[in-house]
Amino acid sequence: MTHPELVIRKAVWKGEEVDLLVAEGKILEVKPSSDTMYEGAEIVAAKGLMLMPSLTDVHVHLREPGFEYKEDIASGLKAAVHGGFSNIMCMANTDPVNDNAVVTDEMLRKARAAFPEGGPRLFPIGALTKGLKGEELAPMHEMAEAGCAAFSNDGLPVKNSELFRRAMEYGSDTGKPVIDHCEDPYLAPAAGVNEGEVSSVLGLAAQPDVAEATQVARDLLMAEYLDMHIHLAHISCRKSVDLIAWAKKRGVKVTAETCPHYLLLTEEALHGYHSDTKVNPPLRTADDVEALLAAIKDGTIDMFATDHAPHAAHEKEVEFMQAPCGISGLDSALSLTWSLVADGKISFDDFIRMWTTAPCETFDLPLNSFKKGDPADFFLFDPAQEWVLDSASMHSKGKNTPFRGQTLKGRVISHFLSGKKIV
Amino acid sequence: MEWRHKDLLDVSQLSKEEVQHVFETATYFQEINSRPVKKVPTLKGHSVVLFFAEASTRTKTSFDMAGKRLSCDTFSLAKSSSSLTKGETLKDTALTLEAMNPDGIVIRHWASGAAQFLAERLDCSIINAGDGRHAHPTQALLDGFTLYQEWGSLAGKTILILGDIAHSRVARSNLILLNKMGAKVRFCGPRTLLPPQIKKWDAEVYTDLSEACKGVDAIMCLRLQLERQQDGLLPDLREYSNYFGLGHKQIELAKPDVKIMHPGPMNRGVEINSELADCEASLVLDQVASGVATRMALLYLYLTRKK
Ligand SMILES: [Zn+2]
Repeated sequence: MTHPELVIRKAVWKGEEVDLLVAEGKILEVKPSSDTMYEGAEIVAAKGLMLMPSLTDVHVHLREPGFEYKEDIASGLKAAVHGGFSNIMCMANTDPVNDNAVVTDEMLRKARAAFPEGGPRLFPIGALTKGLKGEELAPMHEMAEAGCAAFSNDGLPVKNSELFRRAMEYGSDTGKPVIDHCEDPYLAPAAGVNEGEVSSVLGLAAQPDVAEATQVARDLLMAEYLDMHIHLAHISCRKSVDLIAWAKKRGVKVTAETCPHYLLLTEEALHGYHSDTKVNPPLRTADDVEALLAAIKDGTIDMFATDHAPHAAHEKEVEFMQAPCGISGLDSALSLTWSLVADGKISFDDFIRMWTTAPCETFDLPLNSFKKGDPADFFLFDPAQEWVLDSASMHSKGKNTPFRGQTLKGRVISHFLSGKKIV
Repeated sequence: MEWRHKDLLDVSQLSKEEVQHVFETATYFQEINSRPVKKVPTLKGHSVVLFFAEASTRTKTSFDMAGKRLSCDTFSLAKSSSSLTKGETLKDTALTLEAMNPDGIVIRHWASGAAQFLAERLDCSIINAGDGRHAHPTQALLDGFTLYQEWGSLAGKTILILGDIAHSRVARSNLILLNKMGAKVRFCGPRTLLPPQIKKWDAEVYTDLSEACKGVDAIMCLRLQLERQQDGLLPDLREYSNYFGLGHKQIELAKPDVKIMHPGPMNRGVEINSELADCEASLVLDQVASGVATRMALLYLYLTRKK
């Protein structure tokens, strides 16, 4: 038996007190806790702390290149690793757009430079179309080779269904999934606000949930027709959930994500016009929240993602309708979704599936499931520790979150990646 | 009555008794406005900034006159003036205004929520003179006051609001105010100009103008933005005026002494027949006069409130 280099002692995993043994950056063994001496191994006392596999976020905006004042790759990855994430997939809507291997290479170089000794892994997502313009296909083979894990026009969904079909076909040749931001641009002239009672009262231009569901329906029919996998980003409403459930029953190869804020907030949060509640797709109704929670339970929704969208303070502190959409999510996602477990709204097993197994299996990313040989990516977590989400406690440059000022519960105490302590 | 509000963002903030108090205060100022010398020293030494980020000659003039009749100094900051050129944020404008240390700011802005944005950041009173599609409380109060002067009480009356409800802050604020004062409200317009979820609003909804007019005590026409046709919400103005413009035929279905109102400026021949706008039943010019008195009442109540 290989000799352990690192031993995590008396941490709690699935209700049992265990010791975790690491060798050469990989999991050696997880076994019931004992007082065995391990000559030469670093021992970390973890009594009372929970052991968790590192999380994967398949949907973030890191803003570099082009908008480094909002976030850069280094600050985004720092927020990620403090928030419990080991794998991060970043969207292509940068400037220049990540629509060629040169940009992909540069993103990966910046990620390595931010953590030269090893750190959270960055997996860029390439654009489906050049410049995200929805006119010509982007060179997806070249980007896949450079390290892109998927392709998406997130933020600027492809209007032209014929071109979207060709993008799915061409993308599938690379073996990497296509992710669609579901929003019919013709039905959605005003983003960020759900069309309904609250938008009427506040007098805000809004878009209906059918703008999302219409495009979900298109994508599902397309995936079935082409017999190809499609991943649907940030699902927010009951209509989309119903369509996905229908498609899964028919055997369509579809996976879907939702974000913490769609489970914890409703459109009621918009009263007061605070632009941190402006997000695309918009916050929906209590009925939609109920549908999403049920969809997590029955597996219709496969995974969580943050849709981390940092913005500078001066960009959000403007008239509501002028403010950009988005919530800065990496710092708080773990605590927010953990509160769903603590409140009995989702199970612990679903929590692990939604943040680790499903995203890693869907996008073929390194996965730690505490089996021998898995990458030793894990963190120690104190579920009881309270902390205030504010400018000082957030590592992201983007402080734009409707949860700002709130006391959250559950904190990462230390985070190990490939067996090395990063936090 | 002791005035407890710092800002007037929407009529929903006011209780029925407070609205009644505004009406009574306005009645007093209406009397002053009929005197040969219309100026009183009530707000001498006070200053108010009229911050109009969206053009509106009539509302601005009305506030300006209201202020001046109370001997209050009024300063205008209009869209075209250099400090409001493109690029300066509302936050910076707010800080600039704050530095001038006025007692009140009257704001008209194209963005819903703009008045609240200022109210949360500044110490002086903010009076919303219309924000986006959200609210127009002073218009609702002056409309209510106009009817109060006619009828003495709004209780039990039925009032039809006609036209582009979806994009109208006047409709939203009037609905709240009229309901609060015991009146029933009807909305009428083509489906494309009615807000989503309108069934949840406290109003009866019609898409047939003749049905909507039956037995009503007053009809408030809204101004139609002529570009709604380009937005794909209407086929053309001819069709609109034929089906949703107020004409003699519909008036005959209403109560015999029906009142006709319009917040102005009117598109004659589009939302209202030109003769009706000038007829005996029309309160359009009364609304203008009530506007000055109501705004005098509001400036007085907000600027002299106990701090
Ligand atoms: Zn998106």
